[in-house]
Amino acid sequence: MAFLILGNGAVFEGSRIGAPVDRIGELVFTTGMEGYLETLTDPSYYGQIVTQTFPLIGNYGVIEEDFEGPGALFGYIVRELCPTPSNFRSGYPLNDFLVARGIPGLCGVDTREIVRITREEGVMNAMICDELPADLSAINAYQVQNAVASVTGSCARTFPAQGKEAARIALMDYGAKQNIIRSLTRRGCSVTVYPASTPAETVLASDPDGIMLSNGPGDPKEAVGPIGEIKKMLGKKPVFGICLGHQLTALALGGDTAKLKYGHRGGNQPVRDLKSGRAYITSQNHGYAVLSDSLKGTGIESFVNANDGSCEGMVYPELNCVTVQFHPEAASGPRDTGFLFDQFIARMGGKTHA
Amino acid sequence: MPKDLSIKKALVIGSGPIVIGQAAEFDYAGAQACRVLKAEGINVVLVNSNPATIMTDQHLADEIYLEPLNTATLRRIIEKERPDGLIAGLGGQTGLTLAMQLSKDGTLDKYGVRLLGSPIEAIEKAEDREKFRDTMQAIGQPCVPSEIAETLEDAMKAAGEIGYPVIVRPAYTLGGSGGGIAENEEEMRRIARGGLDASPITQILVEKCISGWKEIEFETMRDAAGNVIAVCSMENVDPVGIHTGDSVVVAPALTLSDKEYQMLRSASLEIISAIGIVGGCNCQFALNPDSFEYAVIEVNPRVSRSSALASKASGYPIAKITTRIALGYTLDEIPNDITGKTCACFEPTLDYVVVKFPKWPFDKFYGSSRRLGTQMKATGEVMAIGQRFEEALMKAIRGAEISLDTLNAPPLTDEDIRTRLTLQDDRRLFTVFEALKAGLTPDEIFEITKIDRFFLFRLQAMAEMEMKVAAEGLTDADYKRMKQLGYPDAAVKRIAGVDTVPGWDMSYKMVDTCAAEFAAETPYFYSCTDKACESRSLKRSGRPVVIVLGSGPIRIGQGIEFDYSSVHCVWTLRRIGYDVVIINNNPETVSTDYDTADRLYFEPLTPEDVMNVIKVEKPVGVVVAFGGQTAIKLTQFLDSHGIRILGTSAESIDIAEDRERFDALLEQFGIRRPRGMGVRTMEEAIAAAEELGYPVLLRPSYVIGGQNMTISRSRAQTEDYMSRILSGGIENPVLVDQYLPGIELEVDVISDGKDVLIPGIMEHIERAGVHSGDSIAVYPPFNLTEKFQEKVCDISVKLALALGTQGLVNIQYLIYDNELYVIEVNPRASRTIPYISKVTGVPMVDLASRVMLGEPLKDLGYGTGLYPVPPCCAIKVPVFSFEKLNDADSILGPEMKSTGEVLGIGITKAEALFKGLTAAGFSLPTARDRSHTGVLLSVEDEDFPDTIAMAKRCYDLGIRLFATKDTARAVSSVGIDVTTVADPKISDEIVHLMEEGAISYIIYTGAVKDDTVGDYRVLHRRAMLLGIPCMTSLDTANALADILGSRFSAENTKLVDINHM
Repeated sequence: MAFLILGNGAVFEGSRIGAPVDRIGELVFTTGMEGYLETLTDPSYYGQIVTQTFPLIGNYGVIEEDFEGPGALFGYIVRELCPTPSNFRSGYPLNDFLVARGIPGLCGVDTREIVRITREEGVMNAMICDELPADLSAINAYQVQNAVASVTGSCARTFPAQGKEAARIALMDYGAKQNIIRSLTRRGCSVTVYPASTPAETVLASDPDGIMLSNGPGDPKEAVGPIGEIKKMLGKKPVFGICLGHQLTALALGGDTAKLKYGHRGGNQPVRDLKSGRAYITSQNHGYAVLSDSLKGTGIESFVNANDGSCEGMVYPELNCVTVQFHPEAASGPRDTGFLFDQFIARMGGKTHA
Repeated sequence: MPKDLSIKKALVIGSGPIVIGQAAEFDYAGAQACRVLKAEGINVVLVNSNPATIMTDQHLADEIYLEPLNTATLRRIIEKERPDGLIAGLGGQTGLTLAMQLSKDGTLDKYGVRLLGSPIEAIEKAEDREKFRDTMQAIGQPCVPSEIAETLEDAMKAAGEIGYPVIVRPAYTLGGSGGGIAENEEEMRRIARGGLDASPITQILVEKCISGWKEIEFETMRDAAGNVIAVCSMENVDPVGIHTGDSVVVAPALTLSDKEYQMLRSASLEIISAIGIVGGCNCQFALNPDSFEYAVIEVNPRVSRSSALASKASGYPIAKITTRIALGYTLDEIPNDITGKTCACFEPTLDYVVVKFPKWPFDKFYGSSRRLGTQMKATGEVMAIGQRFEEALMKAIRGAEISLDTLNAPPLTDEDIRTRLTLQDDRRLFTVFEALKAGLTPDEIFEITKIDRFFLFRLQAMAEMEMKVAAEGLTDADYKRMKQLGYPDAAVKRIAGVDTVPGWDMSYKMVDTCAAEFAAETPYFYSCTDKACESRSLKRSGRPVVIVLGSGPIRIGQGIEFDYSSVHCVWTLRRIGYDVVIINNNPETVSTDYDTADRLYFEPLTPEDVMNVIKVEKPVGVVVAFGGQTAIKLTQFLDSHGIRILGTSAESIDIAEDRERFDALLEQFGIRRPRGMGVRTMEEAIAAAEELGYPVLLRPSYVIGGQNMTISRSRAQTEDYMSRILSGGIENPVLVDQYLPGIELEVDVISDGKDVLIPGIMEHIERAGVHSGDSIAVYPPFNLTEKFQEKVCDISVKLALALGTQGLVNIQYLIYDNELYVIEVNPRASRTIPYISKVTGVPMVDLASRVMLGEPLKDLGYGTGLYPVPPCCAIKVPVFSFEKLNDADSILGPEMKSTGEVLGIGITKAEALFKGLTAAGFSLPTARDRSHTGVLLSVEDEDFPDTIAMAKRCYDLGIRLFATKDTARAVSSVGIDVTTVADPKISDEIVHLMEEGAISYIIYTGAVKDDTVGDYRVLHRRAMLLGIPCMTSLDTANALADILGSRFSAENTKLVDINHM
């Protein structure tokens, strides 16, 4: 018997899974029904305890080739963890992964009730523990900090294009998912991944055809360094930003972001393309949103969330810069907006090989 | 895109009678469509021959035609009504095919009717094999490679190109007989040769063998702007090879990684975009379990059984959204009713697991093959929701009403377990469980069954749990675990061998399309073992709560009629101020639509599950009268637990069911019933039969699955029957009843305990001995004297009052030898309620529900006594599904065999019968064609007199007669020309005549002789392939003869709009 205690004092009982350590983090939930491996290895979850709303997790075990990055999340809450996975690619049971990566977790938890509390009261911190703490102060004091610095790579790496090289991309790694790289190399781009702290001058000196601003964890306003570098890069090269990259671009251009009550995490979020009127189902994982009004005159809102109207994308025509809040690289989730990579390549004057 | 305002009037085509493969799901879809159209202010013209549906209800459409579903009739309705648009994708394959025919023959263009929803080109791309392949090839989606071969060389070449293993399917043989799987050239040579020989046209299909691959479905939506979504994925537990309708299905898919899931999801969306679907569409895939290789199996460009399941599994109303899309809305403009906050352009996310379990009719067709394959055999299904796969599966099993509450089912044969595992039959899941208990490993079972190990591991854990508690006793932890796995207390006690268990307060969670991400406005509930209960914490209206019990899965004998009644009861109770809760587990129905009742509990209808809901809802009463036997059989249990049963008391049910009490009641009023007695031995049976006098009706008093009631006409038949029954050993007596081959009458009455209203009396065409559900029923009666009518009314009133029922009572009568007998009385809604309600205009369920809650009948505006007869005739004709159960015994008898019914409404009985038979699928010749019409007669000796009379009528109409030897001799003895044909055992003459088109109808009696029944089955199978109706009752044949002589055609009958009669 172990516990998940929330910042509001609510206590959930469960059984330990993963690493036998206590951990405090920001409690979030994701509604994706499959794709737990991508979730567990998505660097954007840094500092967070992730609750899976789908009740059966681990059914297909661990498939390492599906990893999106080093596991960065702080804790993992599921209703049921499958001890006996089945899939032709399955390597080993999911619990082995959690243990090896030092991720503590609980199973047997009423995950739906966690979502209901989060939905009503907003996102809050929580702690996975064997014994309940005397008070909630440590839990509520926690803040996700140094998020980007904690997950970005330590040195530049280059991934060759598949087939004939159509373009060379500089990818700013704020906690980039591997599938951004795969989405680009598959389309004939070679990709050089730069640590988040890389100066703009270094990146521009390599004369890439385009700059990709990756996803990543944490409060975008905390990433002061990257915001400054983005400022210097905008307008110099075609830019495509995803998730945190979208938020940082907005901040770099004087816009504002705000924390959502409980974020968008899952593979079923609808966004509306304001230009074409088309709607797309997207993969999302974010707790902050760009306030599009704060960018009036600077950029044009291109996508909005069809459910809550929040900003899902911006276009800065004069800067040849496009940013989206959702994840066109999917993994996990729907691949319906993968065409945005093709558009990025087109903006660089290249050809698409999708 | 805003709504298309040019559509003022829309035509909706329903799916017709319930048959296997086309059941209540289309009433659910059609009813949703009608409601959407009405809400948009569009005038709705509805055509459906099925009177048992909710969609054909007065207020669901403006003009309602219970007319045969054929192009001639539809053309006339279009000409009369001039709709602006036609919605094709909601009436199953029937509706879709008709829409395509009307489009192709120019009717739609001629009358300016637009096809709403998917355009004709899209439907063709999905339905036409060649066009579909071309479309898939163009977008790079793999189909299952196959080639047609007519010679051995071609077959060998095809197999070589496709690559082994291949499946050989001979053309035009039933059940794929003569085909097989070839692993290599040598086998191929043998199997292909056999297949070519077996096919009457010497043709085989050579197809890449993908059996053992996973079968995955996606329900998708696309709007006219091109927005696409995948509503729900489903995974068949049974791999490719068993029809999805016969498979245990889980939602969402449980064994796919994101890479596999997204690959197939993207494929679905590409496919529906390439085809150009506008609305809902089902995509089925086969996925190689050992790679990313997949193939598109089929695409259904319409709503389907799977879409009904997906709708209920996810909370996303596919039919409703499809209708709105057809009107021009885009997905992002349509609100999600369940959340009220989000839009329809999203993909539901489930935080539970759904299991669907099929309901098969093998209990009705004893001896029929239980083997499952590509031809669907299930009549219905149940759906269950749980937080675990095991929990949902256990709910599904006990909800399927197959006398099981666990996976422990006794084997049907004593064959070796490994042999039984190879059988793809309805028992396979239970066989797998038995094998796991017997110590076979999941790997071994996987090798045989190809059921994914994920499921086998789950079942293995359950087997181990059961064996542990059986051996070591039940700890509190075990009990908790078993409750989480979905075991009912009764099963836990039995398995653990304990008398008491601690008990568990079940909680309820919501199905809300979004895994609780948004607050829900109209959710529904499923039970779970968590502490937090979303039902208990839900704000109530404060109105008194009534629970209505639904009727469970659709099966022969308990069909959509009971859903009609349940739904009407819910609607009435809501109207008069109650907070109405419905419990049901059938995903195909209107009753399980999220907004039918105030609250829906998607739960099995077992004592424990129902009591758990009662604990939470605390109702003032429970309604059992409308949910068929499923609900009725809970009466005693609920009554004994102090739950108030509304309307029908446990006492009155007992009086009606208990033979002695019922006899006493009849005696009190001097009412006769056929004499009978219970026997236990061969000698007693023979003595009883002789005392009562042949023929007698024989039936086990405790009807075990599939052992038919039968009519015995001789000592030999009695001996034969008894030896068959006694060989299995009996616990309860066999009932021997006098069989009186009289005229059968059926009456449904409404009683409030003081007054009785008799909306109408029906008379059956077939004499007693044919189950009332399989009889052609005529309203008003055509052959009933005033004296008998008065007597029927008088007795009906007396019986209804004596039973003390407040609500509906169904009474079946028999007139034999100028004497009236009562056969049975049921104090509940019957199969005929929707039919009589619709043709008389008396809202029977509404009135019954009101009196049930205390309103006096005489204040309800329909009077008391016999209701006036309208100036028309309405005839119910049963419809069978023997095409799907091709080895089933199709001879009509006391056991019901029909799956659905149609109604024919006419000014005269002949016109109504013409429509009814046409709607039921009989092709009837016009006067001009009569000389080309032929009837084959092959009857029992005792039927000679009736047969001769009928033959004479046919002969006088210029119809050619064929008969087997003895029948021919009898018929020709009165001077009628008849062609004698050889016994089917001796030559193929009859088959040749059928194939030449010389025989249009077959009239066959003689079912009771086992040595001829085999002959008949062979004939019947061939006749079904050729669309030749077979009749096994001379009364049906006589009714047909009436029509063959009539002047009616699809062009000259009067179209009846039941809303403006």
